Amino acid sequence: MSEIRFTDQHEWVRVEGETATIGITDYAQEQLGDVVYVELPEVGKPVTAGDEAAVVESVKAASEVYAPVSGEIIEVNSDLEGAPGSVNEDAMGRGWFVKMKLSDASELAKLMDEDAYRAFVDGLA
Amino acid sequence: MTTHSADTDVLEITPLHALHIELGAKMVPFAGYDMPVQYKDGVLSEHLHTRAEAGLFDVSHMGQAFLIGPDHEAVSRALEALVPGDILGLTPGSIRYTLLLNDKGGIRDDLMVTRTQEDGKLFLIVNAACKHQDFAHIEANLPGDIKMQRIEDRALIALQGPKAVEVLARFAPAVLSMDFMTSENINVAGIPCFVSRSGYTGEDGNEISVPADKAVELTRKLLGEAEVKPIGLGARDSLRLEAGLCLYGHDIDETTTPIEGALGWTIGKRRRAEANFPGTKIIMEQIASGVARKRVGILPEGKAPAREHTEIVDGAGNVIGEITSGGYGPTVGGPIAMGYVETAFAKVGMEVELIVRGKGRPAKVVAMPFVEKRFHRPAKN
Repeated sequence: MSEIRFTDQHEWVRVEGETATIGITDYAQEQLGDVVYVELPEVGKPVTAGDEAAVVESVKAASEVYAPVSGEIIEVNSDLEGAPGSVNEDAMGRGWFVKMKLSDASELAKLMDEDAYRAFVDGLA
Repeated sequence: MTTHSADTDVLEITPLHALHIELGAKMVPFAGYDMPVQYKDGVLSEHLHTRAEAGLFDVSHMGQAFLIGPDHEAVSRALEALVPGDILGLTPGSIRYTLLLNDKGGIRDDLMVTRTQEDGKLFLIVNAACKHQDFAHIEANLPGDIKMQRIEDRALIALQGPKAVEVLARFAPAVLSMDFMTSENINVAGIPCFVSRSGYTGEDGNEISVPADKAVELTRKLLGEAEVKPIGLGARDSLRLEAGLCLYGHDIDETTTPIEGALGWTIGKRRRAEANFPGTKIIMEQIASGVARKRVGILPEGKAPAREHTEIVDGAGNVIGEITSGGYGPTVGGPIAMGYVETAFAKVGMEVELIVRGKGRPAKVVAMPFVEKRFHRPAKN
């Protein structure tokens, strides 16, 4: 059973066993506008929660994507190189950025669940 | 005036503001105005649509004014004291792109100057961010018989793209026979407008000065045409960058001369011979002996965009310049930029590196435009 959590920086993390898939939320992609480029980290890179995990660029500006949890990058979504628009089309699915091996599953408890994130977004301007 | 954007400062609005909201625009502050950066389709789609068909832009935030004197010679000489362009030589209905200069030869603003059909009357369009300073500067330097009249009751819209003129002609057939960089007083859908064949996208098209109280009516009529979509400032920027056109305050400013800015072409033979514009000494020296840095096009070889303020370095890692405008070109299909480099590197084909997120990314100096310009060329017979 996969579990999805959210950060207040609009990243999502979906966990299955020890593997976490990370992306940006539909709200984030809408705010960003058309994504034209994504810069992904190296496989094998160790990451601490809050570190920059990727960069996503729209026509107008670059934005950092932060790791919601700590661990090691085990896979990156290389499809995004040729099709960065996937982030806009399917931010919660095909537009995933990286997969990580979690080093501390207890970090997930600090993140918002789906209902909390929805309430958080509703509270934004 | 209240605004719909997140900014808490009071912003100005154009006559089309409510229409932008109605069309679902994302509004942002720009030059003190609440302006649409994009509509529902997004920047990429709006950019591509403009090059495929026709895009409609609200540029009413820009400054419009008349310069009025006893005759063309007098008003031209008055303006030529402030700009290096040939204003005197304009024929009625012709437009000149020129630059307001400071005493160091730096650029205060770039602007369009039209010689209207009325003797002694010039029509000026200046950048929104500079308009108050520009008009004050011009006014402070006018001889007694020349007056500046700020125009506060007109909107300005641009219709750009390969279908633009064809669409506008449905409401004003006379536009079909207009040459590029000319202007006429034309009734568009029965509304008296100043219409130019000009623009900021590299495409054919028109810029239309329309009475403010008729602006929504005219805009709705144009948007009602199948080929036309509303376009925001986001795409306006990517379009002009692909066309190699400068954005004041970024690619040119008070510290850049026209020669450094690769705009020496705006200073014609007569003005160089007369050498009677601000900053003459520095500019004539640069024309004679060259400049230390020059504005060039930069094409990153990878996929990462390189934005304003990105450092440009040579093969040894020495800083040789800086990007002044950079982003993604939807028609090019990749990143593009312009910036200044030391003159030794200002050669097409020169390999450089751009420092993006701490890493050097290979790039080449290229000629601009990045996308071939499609201005209207009259048929030769």
